[in-house]
Amino acid sequence: MSTPATPLWEVFIRSRNGLAHKHVGSLHAADSTLALQAARDLYTRRGEGLSLWIVPSHAIIASDPADKDMMFEPTASKIYRHPTFYEVPDEVGHM
Amino acid sequence: MLIDYLLRRADDALILGHRLSEWTGHAPMMEEDMALANMALDLIGQARSLYAYAAEIGGGSEDSLAYLRREGAYKNLLLVEQPNGDFAMTILRQFFYSAFADPFWRASMPSTDATLAAVAAKAEKEMAYHLRHSAEWVVRLGDSTPEARRRIEAAITKLWPYTGEMFEADEAGLVESKIAVDPALLAADWRDTVAQVFARATLSVPRDGWMQTGGRHGRHSEHLGHILSELQYMQRTFPGATW
Amino acid sequence: MYTQALNSAPEGQERNLEDAVAAARFQARVDSEERIEPNDWMPAAYRRTLTRQISQHAHSEIVGMLPEGNWITRAPSLRRKAALLAKVQDECGHGLYLYAAAETLGTSREQLIDQLLSGKAKYSSIFNYPTPTWADIGAIGWLVDGAAIMNQIPLCRCSYGPYARAMIRVCKEESFHQRQGFEIMLTLSRGNEDQKAMAQDALNRWWWPCLMMFGPPDTASQHSDTSTLWKIKRFSNDELRQKFVDATVPQAQVLGLTPPDPDLKFEDGHWRYGAIDWDEFRRVIAGDGPCNAERLAARRKAHEDGAWVREAAATYAVKQRAAA
Repeated sequence: MSTPATPLWEVFIRSRNGLAHKHVGSLHAADSTLALQAARDLYTRRGEGLSLWIVPSHAIIASDPADKDMMFEPTASKIYRHPTFYEVPDEVGHM
Repeated sequence: MLIDYLLRRADDALILGHRLSEWTGHAPMMEEDMALANMALDLIGQARSLYAYAAEIGGGSEDSLAYLRREGAYKNLLLVEQPNGDFAMTILRQFFYSAFADPFWRASMPSTDATLAAVAAKAEKEMAYHLRHSAEWVVRLGDSTPEARRRIEAAITKLWPYTGEMFEADEAGLVESKIAVDPALLAADWRDTVAQVFARATLSVPRDGWMQTGGRHGRHSEHLGHILSELQYMQRTFPGATW
Repeated sequence: MYTQALNSAPEGQERNLEDAVAAARFQARVDSEERIEPNDWMPAAYRRTLTRQISQHAHSEIVGMLPEGNWITRAPSLRRKAALLAKVQDECGHGLYLYAAAETLGTSREQLIDQLLSGKAKYSSIFNYPTPTWADIGAIGWLVDGAAIMNQIPLCRCSYGPYARAMIRVCKEESFHQRQGFEIMLTLSRGNEDQKAMAQDALNRWWWPCLMMFGPPDTASQHSDTSTLWKIKRFSNDELRQKFVDATVPQAQVLGLTPPDPDLKFEDGHWRYGAIDWDEFRRVIAGDGPCNAERLAARRKAHEDGAWVREAAATYAVKQRAAA
């Protein structure tokens, strides 16, 4: 009794007080209209969101965890990108 | 009488919500279990607000009104007590009802009765969603496979005679004082909505024939008795108990 | 309880075939409480164990809708009706979150559902018992959800990210479930003689099956070792079971109800319980419980009856894409 596959979608919600959409999970739906409605019924029953994004799962391109060192390690040593690297005398005030 | 007007609305919502809740755990996909339960909860919530208001005016409680009135005292549409049938029947019933209820509650928002206006504001948002959800399914069932088409057409044939009752004229006095909305005024817009959605669904709008009637006056189909047997069982079996 | 019926194949052979360096790195990450994410390297056995555990958990939520759903149309007040419907809807939602988490390990939802419907996959034994009275709904919320919470809170710190995050979401929603059940029992215990008797009867029938939910005694468990090592399982079956009994017996006292255990006694700071009938547990897990056949039949029917709907949606989607 095997079933044809229904497309998989990833769901992102921007909460009431939030600034960015956050990934909350995934669901199955035949098309984007049904997916948006399903996302609303599944992920926003407790007033979690003001805005919903759904993305077909296959559209997401993710970095390979095996490349973690190559992709992300070099940035850890370029601390001059962070404001705390720079010394500013207290008299200058907030900068 | 305002109470009767409230009961008509409350009974519609309770019986339809109850019918939808019968699907729990049996829907065609789990996402639809969520959607049907959601719509059921909206409707039961509307019923509770309306019963509470009716009880305030006329005595009793939301539960005495829901659990202790007999069939003859129930004022719901015959449409909402029809059996769920298959998914096509259920979703078409929801479409027909919400295509009426959404504009109905919108027209009720300016009611001179503040409580009713507040209920209307909340209910309108809910029914707008039910309308969208059910309409999308009607389109998908009409414009996809031969089997889906066969089922939705069978549902249309079965349910069409129950749609006229929604637009029976209501109490003139309440309408004049701008407390209530006259449902008859909503018929034209309802037909437009149905025509548009059916066109997208490649379905035909049936010709009008004889319309079922009687629910608003307590003359129900055989189905309401069975619904109430289940719904009211505990309170009837254990009179006076607190749950 | 979601590990109730996991079989363990000897894992030594497989591990030799895998990259020993990768395995060591993986274990180091787990030991330092790092989360393992979907595309990270993981031992095949870890992937398999988790897929089985998460999907069993998901199946349990979905099947669990049935015994409770049985009372929605007969709920004795509008408030109870709405609360029960919302609770059962939540269980459906939990099932969906968990299938989504299980899928990140590489098995599709369709395959997982097929495993359930074909009888190959297991779900928690507790849902194979009937709900003949309204009091059963109270007992399920109070005891079954209470037991589930005991198990689910540690899982929020499970090593596998998607499962841990799904559990955090579930736990947030679960808190009203147990309260709803306890409140039902409290109302019954303060009611008339029929209601009190109904409550005691429900407790009598649900008590032992709930203790069995935590799985076989530690002495009989074969597979806890890797689950503990991989930080999937944080506490043993007996630890959680004892915790549950210690929390629940005082609650029963508040309700004026007596757990059906003549050997129950307070000793060394714990409520020590009597002998559990593990034969019953094995039977029910193997398929010979009161409702096993019914539960599976109901899910199969829903799936089969719904096939034309799913096909219609899929066909419409194809048509739309072609027309675009």
